[in-house]
Amino acid sequence: MRAINRKLVRDLWRLKTQAGAIALVMACGVATFVMSLSMLDSLSSTLDNYYDRARFADVFAHLERAPLRVADRIAAIPGVASVESRIVEPVILDLDDMPEPASGRIVSLPIEPRAGLNLLHLREGRLPEPGHRREALVSEGFATAHEIRPGDSVNAILNGRLESLHIVGIALSPEFIYLIPPGGILPEDARYAIFWMDRDEIETAFDMEGAFNDVVLRLSPGADEQEVIDRLDDLTARYAGLGAYPRADQASHEFVANEIRELRGMAIIVPVIFLGVAAFLLNIVVSRMVEAQREQIAALKALGYTNWEIGRHYLLLVLAIAVIAVSFGIALGVRMGLGLTGLYADFFNFPEFDYRLRPAIVLLAFGVGIAASVVGVAGALRAAMRLPPAEAMRPRAPASFRPTLLERLGLSRFAPPSLRMILREMERRPVKTALSCLGVALAAAILVVGSYTEDATDHLLDLRFHQVERYDIDVVLTDRTDDEVVSTLAHMPGVTRVEPYRTLSVRVRSGNLSRRTGVLGLSRGDGLHNLLNMYAQPVALPEGGVVLSETLAQILGLRPGDPVILEALEGRRPVIQTRVAGTISDFSGLAVYMRLDEVNRVMREPDTITGAFISADPRKIDRLYAQLRETPRVAAVNVKSATLQSFQATIAHNLGLMRRFLISFAVIIAFGVIYNAARISLSERGRDLATLRVLGFTRREIAAIQLGELAIVTGVGIPLGLVLGYALAWAASQGTQSELFRMPFVVNRSTFALGAIGVILAALLSGALIAAILRKLDLISVLKARE
Amino acid sequence: MDAVQGRDQPDPPPTRDDTPVFRARAVTKTYSVGDVQVHALRGVDLDLYRSELVVLLGPSGSGKSTLLNILGGLDAPTSGHVDYLDHDLSASDDAALTRFRREHVGFVFQFYNLIPSLTARENVALVTDIAKDPMDARDALEIVGLGARADHFPSQMSGGEQQRVAIARAIAKKPDVLLCDEPTGALDASTGVVVLSAIERVNRELGTTTAVITHNAVIAKMADRVVRLSGGEITDVSRNQHRTPASGLSW
Repeated sequence: MRAINRKLVRDLWRLKTQAGAIALVMACGVATFVMSLSMLDSLSSTLDNYYDRARFADVFAHLERAPLRVADRIAAIPGVASVESRIVEPVILDLDDMPEPASGRIVSLPIEPRAGLNLLHLREGRLPEPGHRREALVSEGFATAHEIRPGDSVNAILNGRLESLHIVGIALSPEFIYLIPPGGILPEDARYAIFWMDRDEIETAFDMEGAFNDVVLRLSPGADEQEVIDRLDDLTARYAGLGAYPRADQASHEFVANEIRELRGMAIIVPVIFLGVAAFLLNIVVSRMVEAQREQIAALKALGYTNWEIGRHYLLLVLAIAVIAVSFGIALGVRMGLGLTGLYADFFNFPEFDYRLRPAIVLLAFGVGIAASVVGVAGALRAAMRLPPAEAMRPRAPASFRPTLLERLGLSRFAPPSLRMILREMERRPVKTALSCLGVALAAAILVVGSYTEDATDHLLDLRFHQVERYDIDVVLTDRTDDEVVSTLAHMPGVTRVEPYRTLSVRVRSGNLSRRTGVLGLSRGDGLHNLLNMYAQPVALPEGGVVLSETLAQILGLRPGDPVILEALEGRRPVIQTRVAGTISDFSGLAVYMRLDEVNRVMREPDTITGAFISADPRKIDRLYAQLRETPRVAAVNVKSATLQSFQATIAHNLGLMRRFLISFAVIIAFGVIYNAARISLSERGRDLATLRVLGFTRREIAAIQLGELAIVTGVGIPLGLVLGYALAWAASQGTQSELFRMPFVVNRSTFALGAIGVILAALLSGALIAAILRKLDLISVLKARE
Repeated sequence: MDAVQGRDQPDPPPTRDDTPVFRARAVTKTYSVGDVQVHALRGVDLDLYRSELVVLLGPSGSGKSTLLNILGGLDAPTSGHVDYLDHDLSASDDAALTRFRREHVGFVFQFYNLIPSLTARENVALVTDIAKDPMDARDALEIVGLGARADHFPSQMSGGEQQRVAIARAIAKKPDVLLCDEPTGALDASTGVVVLSAIERVNRELGTTTAVITHNAVIAKMADRVVRLSGGEITDVSRNQHRTPASGLSW
């Protein structure tokens, strides 16, 4: 090995703690980068492959009932490649291992199950055989949650009749990769199932002979999707079609697509922060190294080493750190990717999910890591290359100092000389000082943003489950029903209050902008379902108007007071002219709220409801469940406490995972910045400190000066970071304003405390290490050596 | 001999070899340290001849280090001309000066300037790695009497030993000129004599043109010629009839 390379290896070894801290920061950025990109790649390619193989439909429509010949007319729409008409019906389940009722849907299988659309992947068992009564396939998540195997039976209420379904197989469908109950956000595997049965069976059970109520289409390449949707809507309008929608609006796909979007965002934002901090740290460390080695550089140049060779020498040192960091980051990223793959396995139902890491991503990670390092040290390398050897041989002129701003303002009498030393040094290097404070601030900010997610989630759970939804049970009815059922429900065991509601499928229109969604008609008074915005403020729902989700209003360009058109997709399909009474900043979906009696009036369907919120005495709840299961027309019974529980379990797991990552990441940044800043000022100030020792300062007093700067940087960085974190949390809440989901901007005081405490702990750790170095350092020998 | 040199003819003819290796004419150098402007050289003319040992004598601040740096291609004059054989150093760019140092010059500094993270042998190897026809690093250390200390780090050696490593490092490339800046400045007298003996031996045995800077008048006795500087100007050039061996010096 060449002697100059030996120097490199030994310099690197001497720098190992600092280099290690920087490498860790860089590795965090690279790991997030690799994790997001590889997951993005794995998820999109798994999704595309699955959709392709399973012939996933492009357009979806639900209607009330249409004769089968309509399907032929749909097939004749230009651009339609294939059509599958189906019967999809709600089902209530009566499970031995769970007191509260579960619900689900039954979907008819195509006549030729291997030739239709949305092909099933049979995980276990076989397809139902024609003629065999009540044979069914069940969705995998539900089967797993209840340990159902082929050969088992499940009691289900089909069209008001209790039947025993014989499970012959367990299946997955591209339609239900992300399986959530209608209106839900998170999967509830134990409480929501899909069953697939032979069409004949369902026809008989639901009186749908020769008819269908659901249709899916696959388009030919180059077909105009909107055109097909419009033609399909025209065709199905007569049959109470609820409006066709493209794949982009399909519930399962929408969530997977949202996840892909989030990964894309993560692949940029987090790495930029971490690589930026790493570049800054490399800058200060290598700048200081070049400064400390200026006489060595001069000697090397005097010996005939070229500027380029000197530059390359320090560049290699940086590249060594970068390559170690990137390699570690890639390994960590793959580890995180595999962890996320496990999480996806819980959330998404793919036949198989292969985590893969393309070589291109590895190369890109090296490119990004090395580029950030080179940008970070470019200035220091230039300084090393340009250093005039003769000048570097001469002793350094004392650095220019001047009284600090504090002193110029006449406040110096409050500052002892040691504090003045620190302040003047900091003020002499404003950029370095500012960036050090910023680094500390970033660490605090990361903690705040990470913890903000939990605050917002807690807030949302409390808001939804305790303030908006004051009921215990939501009973969904199979169909529009007259409100006599309310009194039936009111007389059931334990029921204390009943509040009926009505949903109505509509297309909301303003000018040429429109969106398909549902109206929720709420009854006045009882307050089992309150209209509160995401900050828990009540929103009035006056007569003669609708309240829209703020997101929906934005999409349609509407403001309170504006006229709006609701095209009903049910019943006589009236076109309702109304006005926007107000908007509500709610947290999910695109909702339209209206008074129940007003919905019925404009629909000219008096006393009609589609469900009821119930509050009940918990002591009689099991009897209530039993009776609800046997009540005809009950399509689903949603038990709030059960939903809340499954929410909390899922969210607690995910947030716990995220919290661990964020805290480790933040501590790594804080430690990396504080430790490096302290090491460097120690190296710069070694002689000064030694002089003070000679003048009679104690070790403790010396340590106070050294750690004082660390304390000031931390002290300035923390409040800055809390403000920055607050701003980032706001940006994050703005960034999650999708049609699916919105985050409220709620930051608890404990979150700020966490941000501050996390950074203080990292600072104490750095301080302890620096103090240990100070104890070991023979300051007098520093003085004897020529700087 | 051209007109300029004829008129200025600063030196008596040399004894060892009459080829001037360096020719410096009207060299000035101004630089700034912090906020202070320093006029280090105020018009210096000097010739150095092949294989001679010249001592540049002067108090600190007399400009001798600056002159040595310019001769060695470490620094460029503010004005004036410096030629090394047929190279015009004053007109050379940084790359050309680097090549000049790499191929022709060996430096020894007052504070040794060893790389602390490298052993004695590795410090010498820094030069043998990049020189065209270097001697073996071990041999160079033998010449200065440090063959046995080859694997010691600078921090494990005395000042005199460190300076002898620096000399070994300077001569390992078999340079045409050896430039020593206060080589004994940081050493006590007896150690200084050992270091000077090493320089003397290189000059005698390898015939390397050698310039030694010092403020110690005693050292001037070992030179062929003595050039005195003061306030950035040459005040006197004299020739020793007899070189006193370094071992005979004491201060």
